[in-house]
Amino acid sequence: MTANVEELIAQLGAHDYLADEGLATAIYLALELERPLLLEGEAGVGKTEVAKVLSRWTGGELIRLQCYEGIDVHQAVYEWDYTRQLLHLRTAEATGAAVAGGAEDLENELYSERFLVRRPLLEAISPRANGLRPVLLIDEVDRADDEFEAFLLEVLSEYAITVPELGRFVAEKPPIVIITSNRTRDVHDALKRRALYHWVEHPTFDRELEILRMKAPGVPEKLAKQVAAATAEIRDLGLYKPPGVAETIDWATALHLIGAEGMTVNAADSTLGTLLKYREDQMRVRGTSLEEIVAKATSLIG
Amino acid sequence: MATQSSTDSEVVAEFGFEHYAIGFVDALRRTGLIVPIGRTLTYLAAIETLGVASGEQIYWAGRATLLDRPEDTPVYDAVYSYWWLHDARALRSSAVEIETVTVAIDDEDADDDDDAGHADDGVDDDGEIQEVRFSAAEVLSSKDFAECSDAEMTEVYELMARLRLAGPFREARRPQRTNRRARPDIRRTVQLALRSEGEPIRRAFVKHGERPRRVVFLLDVSGSMETYSRVLVRFIHAAVVGRQRVEAFALGTRLTRLTRELSSRDPDAALTRAAEAVEDWSGGTRLGDGLRMFNDEWGQRGMARGAVVVILSDGWDRGEPELMDEQMGRLHRVAHSVVWVNPLKASPGYAPLAAGMAAAMPHIDTFIEGHSVDSLANLAKVVVDV
Repeated sequence: MTANVEELIAQLGAHDYLADEGLATAIYLALELERPLLLEGEAGVGKTEVAKVLSRWTGGELIRLQCYEGIDVHQAVYEWDYTRQLLHLRTAEATGAAVAGGAEDLENELYSERFLVRRPLLEAISPRANGLRPVLLIDEVDRADDEFEAFLLEVLSEYAITVPELGRFVAEKPPIVIITSNRTRDVHDALKRRALYHWVEHPTFDRELEILRMKAPGVPEKLAKQVAAATAEIRDLGLYKPPGVAETIDWATALHLIGAEGMTVNAADSTLGTLLKYREDQMRVRGTSLEEIVAKATSLIG
Repeated sequence: MATQSSTDSEVVAEFGFEHYAIGFVDALRRTGLIVPIGRTLTYLAAIETLGVASGEQIYWAGRATLLDRPEDTPVYDAVYSYWWLHDARALRSSAVEIETVTVAIDDEDADDDDDAGHADDGVDDDGEIQEVRFSAAEVLSSKDFAECSDAEMTEVYELMARLRLAGPFREARRPQRTNRRARPDIRRTVQLALRSEGEPIRRAFVKHGERPRRVVFLLDVSGSMETYSRVLVRFIHAAVVGRQRVEAFALGTRLTRLTRELSSRDPDAALTRAAEAVEDWSGGTRLGDGLRMFNDEWGQRGMARGAVVVILSDGWDRGEPELMDEQMGRLHRVAHSVVWVNPLKASPGYAPLAAGMAAAMPHIDTFIEGHSVDSLANLAKVVVDV
């Protein structure tokens, strides 16, 4: 798709995603080797966003499978539309078509693609109207139970799904697969072995500043720098939930909205709720270090 | 972090880049990292795709293809520096040890992946789980570990290997079929109806399923617990291999996850690995810090949510009681229940007066002893019943 990693970074950047070299190399390899990419990392570091930007860039359709406990084949792969089948059966009965056509025909009709409901996984290996590889996002796979993972493995190793009544569906072009996990439990080794792996870190100061410039263009440069500096500082405090990139953007936007030109203790205090979502974290920052953090951020970037 | 690669051009010229890369994987394996053969092949394909020239990308290609968890990154970094950048200092400064450091150029069959098979190669020889045996066992099972001789300990280990955790269960989102008239199962009812010309003669039902609740063990490995922690880790090993959804951590001056290390069925192999993984066995005690690390890294994100958390510790903590109070509170809020096993509880006249223990008490659901096989059998029961 691209000649090298540098070009990929540029392409992703052109579609509003700033990837560092590590992540970009992993994505590049996943695309070239046609392997799924497993992304792990703290909440809010932009794992899901990777799939979205790949879809924006390649033009491939984004197909999302949100995992949750108890998810099974019927919600992830396919399901028969039972009510319509039943209705069809009744209609055939009423019009006498059932007798005329013979039982076997009727049954074949009931299990035809007409009554097949395609769920994300089957959707992802079906031919696309635009002919492009779709982007399959399997989000928060650690929420699904292990039985489901075993099934996923089957789909991801062959990009094929068998529907007993219809036969085997094989992808013409394998979809681009992004799997994310928050690591509440370990994803099964077999699945990891199939996939390439990347642990997504919080962004560095420079990268976060670039992200702010991109995602919150209205925010003045000075304020953006101070926000990035203060956030980096706050992430080092060992909070329960260190702020993610989305929170940083919210914070910068909030500060800008209340009319702050640069960061002040008052402004930071009144908008802290956009950055920190735990009461303990807010108390910690307010109680001990907010003034210090603001002072540091403002002195650093005068 | 390594940014530039200066490959040993002579070796590369003579044997090819591929061999050099395989040698790197081999060096990683020597540190104990498990790299299945399939990963090696992917790595080679990745390097081929990227081209040799790009140093930093070679670094990241290895991380994307050879690793699958962030814990292994320091080892990878050190071996990478050593192998690709010829920086032997990197190895010394980190805790990594490589047994042989000759530039091993492997031939084709050298990648016969001695450790690709995973820890649990399914030697399923537990046999029947028996009740605690008679006679000598009877006495032993109530004897304090601290008072057992070496020979007796061997016996004790035998007894402990038989302990199993069966429950506890919790409601699961995945439903199960049932004959009782519970929730109707529309999907199956219609499926059945289709077989009888659309007449719903037989109706199907589901009830909510059951899953084993996650059990998380936090074992205090500080100096004051030494006599007990070496025994208790065996109990935890039995739990990890005997049941799904069990997690184990060692708490010392730092937090070490032991689940993988303990998942080998052979107790001696598992314990050796665990001992290697825990760098601060019999070190100091910072329980509050350890709990904070657990909450931050694992608990809050979901591992402790709805789980039974079992802390095995004597409660001696050199940290501040406030921290202990705060962290136990956090843990208690997300966990289904918190069990504290204290080997000292059995001593006559014991009261939880140690500052850390006292601070933790309000956040504990069950406080039990854990000094003997009997008390551990009791623990197994408590965990199942909560």
